[in-house]
Amino acid sequence: MADDILDISGLSVDFRTPGGTLHALRDVNLSVKRGSVLGIVGESGCGKSTLINTVIGLLPSNARVAGGEVRFDGRDMLKMTPGQLQDLRGQRMTAVFQDPMTALNPVLTIGQQMVAIQYRSGASTREKRRRAAEYLAKVRIPDPEPRLGQYPHQFSGGMRQRICIAMALLAEPDLMIADEPTTALDATLELEVIALLKDLQREVGCAVLFISHHLGAIAQLCDDVAIMYAGEVVERGTVREIFHDARHPYTRALLTCDPGRIREATRRLPTIPGSIPDLRRLPEGCIFRPRCPERFERCAEHPGDRRITETQFAACHKALDLAPLERIEA
Amino acid sequence: MSALLEIDDLIVRFRHPGSMLDRLRGRGRQDIEAVAGVSLRVEQGSTYALVGESGSGKSTLARAIVGLVAVAGGSIRFEGRTIASAGQSDLRAVRRDIAIMFQDPIGSLSPRRSVRSILSEPFKVHGVDADLSQEVARLLTQVGLSPDFADRFPHQLSGGQARRVGVARALALRPKLVIADEPTAGLDVSVQGELLNLMNDLQAKLGVAFLMITHNLHVVRHVADRMGVMYLGRLVEEGATGPIFEQPRHRYTQALLAANSEPDPDADVQRLPIRGEVPSLIARPSGCEFHPRCGFALDICKTKLPELTGADGIRAFRCHNPAGVKTAETVPEPA
Ligand SMILES: Nc1ncnc2c1ncn2[C@@H]1O[C@H](COP(=O)(O)OP(=O)(O)OP(=O)(O)O)[C@@H](O)[C@H]1O
Ligand SMILES: Nc1ncnc2c1ncn2[C@@H]1O[C@H](COP(=O)(O)OP(=O)(O)OP(=O)(O)O)[C@@H](O)[C@H]1O
Ligand SMILES: [Mg+2]
Ligand SMILES: [Mg+2]
Repeated sequence: MADDILDISGLSVDFRTPGGTLHALRDVNLSVKRGSVLGIVGESGCGKSTLINTVIGLLPSNARVAGGEVRFDGRDMLKMTPGQLQDLRGQRMTAVFQDPMTALNPVLTIGQQMVAIQYRSGASTREKRRRAAEYLAKVRIPDPEPRLGQYPHQFSGGMRQRICIAMALLAEPDLMIADEPTTALDATLELEVIALLKDLQREVGCAVLFISHHLGAIAQLCDDVAIMYAGEVVERGTVREIFHDARHPYTRALLTCDPGRIREATRRLPTIPGSIPDLRRLPEGCIFRPRCPERFERCAEHPGDRRITETQFAACHKALDLAPLERIEA
Repeated sequence: MSALLEIDDLIVRFRHPGSMLDRLRGRGRQDIEAVAGVSLRVEQGSTYALVGESGSGKSTLARAIVGLVAVAGGSIRFEGRTIASAGQSDLRAVRRDIAIMFQDPIGSLSPRRSVRSILSEPFKVHGVDADLSQEVARLLTQVGLSPDFADRFPHQLSGGQARRVGVARALALRPKLVIADEPTAGLDVSVQGELLNLMNDLQAKLGVAFLMITHNLHVVRHVADRMGVMYLGRLVEEGATGPIFEQPRHRYTQALLAANSEPDPDADVQRLPIRGEVPSLIARPSGCEFHPRCGFALDICKTKLPELTGADGIRAFRCHNPAGVKTAETVPEPA
């Protein structure tokens, strides 16, 4: 049995676009240990959803895997037949997406959809409905039984998101992939969902690949964190290494922009000057160079992964020289 | 002088399916009050943030203001003029003055239409005579995008760029009020900062007011002048942002703010756990509707809906046993 439930190595993915080939992912290395939570953070458009779509085998038709491997429980998913992938998906690996409206079918009731996804189970429809209601209750939807008869538009945004989470949990998977599952939730529910994911992990040993822009949620939930920028993983490490001793200038800039770090109320929030490069015309050398406050001559050369500790890597020539980032004052 | 937007005792109802058991017992479908008597004011050129439990009626309130759902009771006034009250709505006069920014920018921008066509739409819908190519260029520049973005399609925009197009569309007809439902959800913190700075600049320049719905409490703390906290269709606490963050009075507000997670895995978090289940709108708890989940509930909380305390305009709340007072003072006279 492999240690990692998911192991991605050297993954590159391109999109064909009218303006030329867009290199959305380049040489991505990542792994998710069994029963652990890996968080992925990064700028809008850095390739997080593309990464997930590659893992679940649902890339759009203009995408091409240009290289690398994606191993699920030791088997290369990129070599699986559509039938084999289908067997994995929805059973051993489930997903919750960013936009709950597109994930739910608007013309079917929640109950019909939750019964339908249990098609592999031999249980009676009545039993499947009972389980559906049980999982709705787990994600704290009030009156679960009567609400099974309602359509998605009759629920609030946060409720739809929780329904999606309930559906992903129903299968008791080995890996749950969650693309911003808590953005539509209020703070108390977000905490509850995080606690629920942690419990689930303990109960069924499920690993989670968790994508979020909410650094607070990442800090609370994850064991390990990967930081992506413009299609590359620029830094990865344990949650403490990333939040307390980030070594890549992009990670540090991102952490500094978090309004949660700024104690005094201010109307003028910090931002990272400049914008993400055009992925069709990549700059030479380090991908963050044009926006990096630390850049120097050597950055014209791609730094590659620098090993900081047993568990922490950063793609920066200065990774070992930067002073520790200031802690948030209490 | 009256505020830009004044909402008084607003009620919005929906049909609820009712359980199987209810139907067997001959009890038919019943109504739920998604918005159950909300009053608030948004001043010209200010930012008001609406926060609160998921499903508490925030989006429904926003939809009522722009006439997307019917009002069952109370009233909505804009610049002193009633635009909606029970059973009627008259938005014609203010349609151009109130704009709404939807939550999901890519989803709410039609995929087959160029940015130019998306930004021209408000002018066409409202029959406004304008030099469209000039207006489109003006709007794009205003939100910090170059005019050649006009020829792009939604899928060719990053999340942040799509959001800027959403802001540009909302501002097209120079509204006085923009309602923004989760304007920064799904954005990274840097792009979120850019968008909020942009909204702030536009507010300073154009005097537009924002009614912002968000779950991001850090954002509220930084940008909102006033805030309202919703629970089960009602405002449980309302007032100036600074004082509420400093000392929440209602126990739900207190729990909500305590749940705001810090970007630090070792943060010394003092959570105030909320007990039990999210209550159902068909079986509203008696008394204070938060009492079954409140760790500070007194006997009176089970029977009597608390009055609104604090009419100084700075802050008001409904709680029999509020936070921030010494214990001796907290036990009210039995009713
Ligand atoms: N079908 C597609 N065709 C062409 N380009 C695409 C396609 N899908 C995504 N892209 C591009 O690939 C890059 C990565 O996009 P992706 O959606 O993976 O980003 P993301 O990190 O999930 O962003 P967000 O935080 O905004 O959700 C972006 O530059 C995007 O414009
Ligand atoms: N069209 C509808 N028919 C029936 N019930 C509805 C309808 N729209 C909303 N509701 C119900 O009204 C309540 C309030 O929903 P609303 O969308 O206003 O919540 P919200 O505060 O915006 O929540 P969120 O933070 O999750 O977006 C919920 O219980 C929801 O299920
Ligand atoms: Mg994405
Ligand atoms: Mg909503």
